Amino acid sequence: MRWPYLIPIGVLALIGAVLALGLRNGDPTRVPSPLINKPAPAFSVTRVFKPKQHFSRATLKGHVSVLNVWASWCVSCKDEHPVLLALADRNLVPVYGLDYKDTRAAARQWLQSRGDPYTAVGFDPDGSVGLNFGVYGVPETYVIDARGIIRRKFIGPLTPHKLNHTLIPLIERLKAQQGQTG
Amino acid sequence: MIPELGHFALVLALCIAFAQATLPLIGVKRGNDVLMGFARPAAIAQFAFIAIAFGALAYSFAINDFTVAYVAANSNTHLPLIYRLTAVWGAHEGSLLLWVTILGCWTFAVAVFSRRLPQDVRASVLSVMAWVSIGFLLFMLLTSNPFTRQFPAPMQGRDLNPLLQDPGMVSHPPTLYMGYVGFSVAFAFAIAALIGGRLDAAWARWTRPWTTAAWLFLTVGITLGSWWSYRELGWGGWWFWDPVENASFMPWLVGTALIHSLSVTEKRGAFKSWTVLLAICAFSLSLLGTFLVRSGVLVSVHAFSEDPKRGIFILGFLSAVVGAAMLLYAVRAPLLKSDVAEVRWFSREGLLLLNNVLLVVAAGAVLLGTLYPIVLSGFDFGKISVGPPYFNTVFVPLFAPLVVLVGFAMVVRWRHGGNARDVWRRLRLPLGLAVLVGVLLPWWGVGASTLAVTAALIMALWAIFSALAEPVRRFRHHGAGWAGLARTPRGVWGMTLAHCGLGITIIGITLASAYSIRHDVSLKPGQSAEVHGYTFRLENTSQYHGPNYQANTADIAVGRDGHQYTVLHPQKRYYDGQMGNAYTEAGIDWHPTYDLYASLGDRAPDGGWSMRLYYKPFVSWIWYGGLIMGLGGALAASDRRYRLALRASARERDLAAALDPLLQS
Repeated sequence: MRWPYLIPIGVLALIGAVLALGLRNGDPTRVPSPLINKPAPAFSVTRVFKPKQHFSRATLKGHVSVLNVWASWCVSCKDEHPVLLALADRNLVPVYGLDYKDTRAAARQWLQSRGDPYTAVGFDPDGSVGLNFGVYGVPETYVIDARGIIRRKFIGPLTPHKLNHTLIPLIERLKAQQGQTG
Repeated sequence: MIPELGHFALVLALCIAFAQATLPLIGVKRGNDVLMGFARPAAIAQFAFIAIAFGALAYSFAINDFTVAYVAANSNTHLPLIYRLTAVWGAHEGSLLLWVTILGCWTFAVAVFSRRLPQDVRASVLSVMAWVSIGFLLFMLLTSNPFTRQFPAPMQGRDLNPLLQDPGMVSHPPTLYMGYVGFSVAFAFAIAALIGGRLDAAWARWTRPWTTAAWLFLTVGITLGSWWSYRELGWGGWWFWDPVENASFMPWLVGTALIHSLSVTEKRGAFKSWTVLLAICAFSLSLLGTFLVRSGVLVSVHAFSEDPKRGIFILGFLSAVVGAAMLLYAVRAPLLKSDVAEVRWFSREGLLLLNNVLLVVAAGAVLLGTLYPIVLSGFDFGKISVGPPYFNTVFVPLFAPLVVLVGFAMVVRWRHGGNARDVWRRLRLPLGLAVLVGVLLPWWGVGASTLAVTAALIMALWAIFSALAEPVRRFRHHGAGWAGLARTPRGVWGMTLAHCGLGITIIGITLASAYSIRHDVSLKPGQSAEVHGYTFRLENTSQYHGPNYQANTADIAVGRDGHQYTVLHPQKRYYDGQMGNAYTEAGIDWHPTYDLYASLGDRAPDGGWSMRLYYKPFVSWIWYGGLIMGLGGALAASDRRYRLALRASARERDLAAALDPLLQS
């Protein structure tokens, strides 16, 4: 065996290491959002169930909250829905919804038939609030702290794994911080 | 019942693949004819069972059996039959099944057409291919079974990704996979040569047509993919240096190098270990492409985000296959002795070596650009994407000398290169024509030119004219006329066409990139916009009801100097079950030397429609060139001397085998 013939396998090992590294970090949905650690954008819309009432940035202030952007036409929101119901059952923080590019009737029917995890649901028929939040596609979920600052964004459906290992620990940490400062 | 049959057929195919992978190799080791002879029937049986599985999935789609989770996720009762059938490879599980099916096809083809190969070579080749098959069958059965049932069945399926509901979906993935997977044959031949420790001109002759066949499919597949994205993605581009495109381009570059280096190995008995290494690399890059697409390690327009278990499996499999091959290479390749002591630069083999170096460096540059974002994000430097600026900067300087080299392909002789004055005599006419046309073409075609464009065109035309010089020479040679052309072997025709195709593609790329004119406008019905002298007038818009989508269609009358000569119908489609997401379908008026292109955007509150209008000179030449290259590959692969050679070398070996006992006694 002469050493030049070992070069290919060396190159291969290097590429393999890079790919393994990529796999470890390879959550393709982890695109950083420019809004992370910035205040949530100002908005004010009506609600899906109580059209007379407003749903705005003020609604989110003063407590840690989760804002889930969804739509009745969104297929993966169906997969995500049980996870949101489970989160709401824990009564840790209010879970808000933002109904994105949808109709009121379809949204109501969807929530009535599947169960409603949301403390309040904002209605965003033309997607303008979603645009300000930088929504790529539904579903997306934002964790917002008591000062109204976006701390984390999840792109794509929440899974039980993400819920238990990332989302809930984060909420608990934020709540603890809130307790210290407030 | 049918899905279970399909599942069972996959399990049986896996069992047969195990036998096909092990027994013939033991046979080769022990010189046992019975065990070696097992390879062919096993390959045929394995293919039969994989075909049954594929048929079962296709049938489940045809009848919309929503109890099969994969069908429910990718079909819909409103989806037309043709797209239900192509939905078989519309997502992860099914594309793996397509991969395995095509591997089965190639294995079957090798089994059928290799009757005249020496038995030990055939047994080793089929056994190596079975190892690859085992990996993919296991991958499918363990992590991505397309036949998984779900109860209760949903009433309606989710529908196929609308981007994939296009004629391109029918032809692009199978052709591309034929190319990817086809390199497994060259890979298997290379491993067989390393195992047997024997690599001669006969080996190169057996390997060449298989490699060329795989290459031609890959060429056509990439071309179709590019054409598809041009029509479907709505922003008028045809190549994005997207990781998934790169994944198909890297094996193409290395495969092209391999085709050329095989010719040196055949004709001169040189570059042996290099050729083997290229064969291993071409297929490894195909596997890497599969990994990149299937593991979700990269973000891309083709993104199928996948669960990490799958990524780990493919990475493990990739490392095992390529690692074993490279290890074998490190141990055995030093034994492959070149038949020539030195290679001169000014000789055909010398120039081909240069061609190989350029192609491999280009492939390396693409690989670097593709993997770089993974490295950065791995070390937490943030997520970046490496885009066209990098690739264009690196690629053009590597490809330009390559195109210049093409011109010398048929003129410079093996070994000594021949007389420089003779070379000049044969090339001065093509060079003169290339300069003349290269300077004039932009003025006639698009009415402008720059130095860079002229240089690129001259190089492309040089490739075309110098390639055509060979048939012309044969026509004129000693008054041979048509008979001279008829006597020209298909291999030469293949090379001529492939090099012409390359030139045509480069002309298309150069002119379309330099002189496309784009206008983003907002038009109300009755208004018009002008692009490069062509008037686009929005006549009206209407609602169109497709089988499974609603669409806004615009009728755009295109005219010039007051004459209307066509109406474009760009659409914006809203597929049922995908509300909120719109898909554009561009309206394109095709001409030999330019395209007029319109894609429809949204309606503004004031009633105007935003749209993107393009004048794209020579853009379709990009794909014509690709198809011509593919045709060249088909001619070269079907050259009859490979078949004759096969027969002759088999006879020689039979004779040698018959004489062997006599000589030893």
